[in-house]
Amino acid sequence: MPSPRRALPAPGAVVDPRRSGYLLVVSVVVLGCCLLPLGAASTPNKTPQPGAPKEQNGSPGHGGSHASNYTKKLFPVLSFDYGHVKPPFVIFLWILLASLMKLGFHLIPRLSSIVPESCLLIVVGLLMGGIFKLVGETPPILRSDLFFLYLLPPIILDAGYFLPIRPFTENLGTILIFAVVGTLWNSFFIGGLLYGVCQIEGTLSTVGLLPCLLFGAIISAVDPVAVLAVFEEIHINELLHILVFGESLLNDAVTVVLYHLFEEYAGAGAVTVTDVFLGIVSFLVVALGGVMVGAIYGVLSAFTSRFTAHTRVIEPLFVFVYSYLAYLSAEVFHLSGIMALIACGAVMRPYVEANISHKSHTTIKYFLKMWSSVSETLIFIFLGVSTVAGDHKWNWTFVVTTIILCMVARVLGVISLTYLINKFRIVKLTTKDQFIIAYGGLRGAIAFSLGYLLDTDHFPMRKMFLTAIITVIFFTVFVQGMTIRPLVDLLAVKKKQETKRSINEEIHTQFLDHLLTGIEDICGHYGHHHWKDKLNRFNKKYVKKCLIAGERSKEPQLIAFYHKMEMKQAIELVESGGGVKVPSAMPSTVSMQNIQPKKPPPERALPQISKGREEEIRKILRNNLQKTRQRLQSYNRHTLVVDPYEDGWNEILLKRKKMIELEKKISQMSNYLTVPAPPPDSPTIARARLASDPQAWSIKPAANADTVPSIKVDLASPQSPDSVSTLDEFSRRQQQQQEEEEGGLMMKPPSAAREEQEDGKEQQRLQRCLSDPGPAGTEEEEDEPFLP
Amino acid sequence: MDQIRNLHKRFKHLSHDEETLRKEDFDEISDLTPNPIRSQIIDAFFDKRNFGGNEVGRVQEIGFREFLTVMSHFRPLRQNLTEEGIERIRREKLRFLFNMHDKDSDGTITLDEYRSVVEELLSSSAAIEIETATAIADAAMLEVASVTVGEMAPGQVYEGITFEHFLEVIKALILKLHTLNIVSVTGSSTTTLHEPSTLMLHS
Repeated sequence: MPSPRRALPAPGAVVDPRRSGYLLVVSVVVLGCCLLPLGAASTPNKTPQPGAPKEQNGSPGHGGSHASNYTKKLFPVLSFDYGHVKPPFVIFLWILLASLMKLGFHLIPRLSSIVPESCLLIVVGLLMGGIFKLVGETPPILRSDLFFLYLLPPIILDAGYFLPIRPFTENLGTILIFAVVGTLWNSFFIGGLLYGVCQIEGTLSTVGLLPCLLFGAIISAVDPVAVLAVFEEIHINELLHILVFGESLLNDAVTVVLYHLFEEYAGAGAVTVTDVFLGIVSFLVVALGGVMVGAIYGVLSAFTSRFTAHTRVIEPLFVFVYSYLAYLSAEVFHLSGIMALIACGAVMRPYVEANISHKSHTTIKYFLKMWSSVSETLIFIFLGVSTVAGDHKWNWTFVVTTIILCMVARVLGVISLTYLINKFRIVKLTTKDQFIIAYGGLRGAIAFSLGYLLDTDHFPMRKMFLTAIITVIFFTVFVQGMTIRPLVDLLAVKKKQETKRSINEEIHTQFLDHLLTGIEDICGHYGHHHWKDKLNRFNKKYVKKCLIAGERSKEPQLIAFYHKMEMKQAIELVESGGGVKVPSAMPSTVSMQNIQPKKPPPERALPQISKGREEEIRKILRNNLQKTRQRLQSYNRHTLVVDPYEDGWNEILLKRKKMIELEKKISQMSNYLTVPAPPPDSPTIARARLASDPQAWSIKPAANADTVPSIKVDLASPQSPDSVSTLDEFSRRQQQQQEEEEGGLMMKPPSAAREEQEDGKEQQRLQRCLSDPGPAGTEEEEDEPFLP
Repeated sequence: MDQIRNLHKRFKHLSHDEETLRKEDFDEISDLTPNPIRSQIIDAFFDKRNFGGNEVGRVQEIGFREFLTVMSHFRPLRQNLTEEGIERIRREKLRFLFNMHDKDSDGTITLDEYRSVVEELLSSSAAIEIETATAIADAAMLEVASVTVGEMAPGQVYEGITFEHFLEVIKALILKLHTLNIVSVTGSSTTTLHEPSTLMLHS
């Protein structure tokens, strides 16, 4: 067993990441070697159970065969029955290997910044394939059904669910033109010219026109998996990202149609005009049909999520199941499964997110990312293995011509299409953009799988095709993938802006939308904004009512956005230790009092909280804390378990209570108000005042802050599963409380009348508030630890 | 020139063949009714600040020249403009937007004005609580202040958003401003409107 030559560091010392990286890689190699004998057991032409027990009388409970004359043997205490669990065992060993590799790459620091992950994974696959071959086993090949049914859907669903709708729809025309016209141009150009070359070249003259065109169709499609893998690492600006990525998704319909068309008629040898016409009709059916199937499933899923208020645990399941069914249903009819999946995810997302709980949202997000990441890793590794495993037929002319033609076709296509598109675009595409689009047209595993599906009888040159496909994939992934990052830096292409969406932007974006719609109406011109506005209104009036549960259906977008933002800030506050630190979202330099319009300070006496009232408040607080503690006793597997954070929360509350009392004392001593806040003091003001510099604390207005920022997040009630409800604050205007806290999360002492109602929700409130610091503001960083 | 002819036709249609357009004429546009900020849009047409000169104030009725001037804020960017030219046009468009918010024409958007902006935006939905609108406006204002001014002592008061501050905050939306135009008036191919100065000569 190979062991590292250096001694392991003492447990208390900081582990050097490089060392652990090497350690990891070594252990992975060991693991890989373990795969061999176990995987070897999977090859059918070996003896059925090589490692199997020599037991005569099988293990108990597995239905071992009993001998007809039962002779008593010693009872087997320990037995070995590998064959029984072999298939899932091998699968999961592969998944484990893939994930460990991913880990390893990121631990070795310099590597991941030079070489994109996809390249590394292919190399690993190559190595694994090589090891397999050395041992003499036949390594597993990436089977097409495995790929299309299990490996591809998670990636596409992840992409579709998180598709940024606004840039996508704004650029839809461009994306469609690139996807449809571009792919058609590519296939015919490559196929046609390749045929010409084959005719010229003596050895290849057996290759007919139709097989060439089919090959062109397969090789010309830009691959979403490869594009995602590479583009995610270079952080390019949103426009280019959505253009290339959108193209890779939408060209699936074209590829499907062309593939089936040419495959059908390759045997017949000729394509008539009728067939072409049918092909065009088929394209429309495939594309629109796929989208429709996806949309139907999306609506179903949204509708189902409306009723999940009482069974929060299985909410994510609905999202996944409906989406996968959409994909499979589309594949049944040979419609475009990818488009179905995208449509399903995009349609259901706004409604589902309004209905499900915060935890479910996080679950969905992380599960999707996890599955798609594993899938992607496996795909690339298997590509590497299949390269070594498959039998190839190398033909220099064919392969080299293919590569050259691919690049030429892509460049020509992009340039000419952009020239056309720029006439209609408002934001024109520059030369730099065009270059990136052309260069980013990576081919990937879809092309390989489609090639693999070819029938050897109809296509005797299948092996040659496969070789060429793999070479093109390697070329694009390695050469283009590795060089795109330095090129992006060299050309100074605009990178993605990491700005958080601010409330100002949201306000003004909406304002602009309405403004432009209004101007269009004044002109009498029914343009793009007019229809968008109509769609929005239809959505608000009918669709949202159907698909969103309860109160949320009436919530305007601006308020929803604001609530989300507040929630994020509140979570950040709790994370940062209960308001001791100032949250970054609200810089401490400007506080709300600076913004208030100047008014002469009124000559009013500071209303004080009477002692009796204070006592009441304290008692209520204490009671609620105790009640919560009691409620945590019962345990049920189907309810969400209470976090260990719960206890910490109570301590925070107690601390806060103490701070409240301290402030009261201070404020009673100082009888000065900097700026009189107008009576309906918005929660933002109160919060801002507190969240800002500590200086503000001493000059807070005493006791007239009648608004308590409280975030009521109900777990079980269908009413507001995810929203920050500001209902509480304003009903309490009469009640004077010195309860201004550093942040939003606070347990509001309910008034006597509402106490019973509140109690039922206390526990869930706490649960909801605490257990999910996950997505706070770090939407981009999937790598950060989930719980700090 | 096509565009201008089409706009002229539209003007005639809206004003019922009169020479001037009044506010009531705008109210007749049925498509405009559900728009939450319609009153602000209509007011923009009657705001002297948008007429290209340096006057301030409001008028009761506008002629075709003023109509065209306001509309010219929405013309698409011509390709052959210099960097300065583009910047100038962008400022014009932003100025238009700013004027829509700054109702009392004092050059700054105060908290109250901003609050009313948010309220108007939310006015189209049924269940709206005034306090939430206030909260949103306050948060937005706070953000503008912190982005543009930075450090402020507790005694200082932030008067309001000036045009320069507005530019700074909205720069993220700059790209969107390119859509602040109408491609064509009656659905025909794109033509660009000319500079308002040349227009004055023709109309």
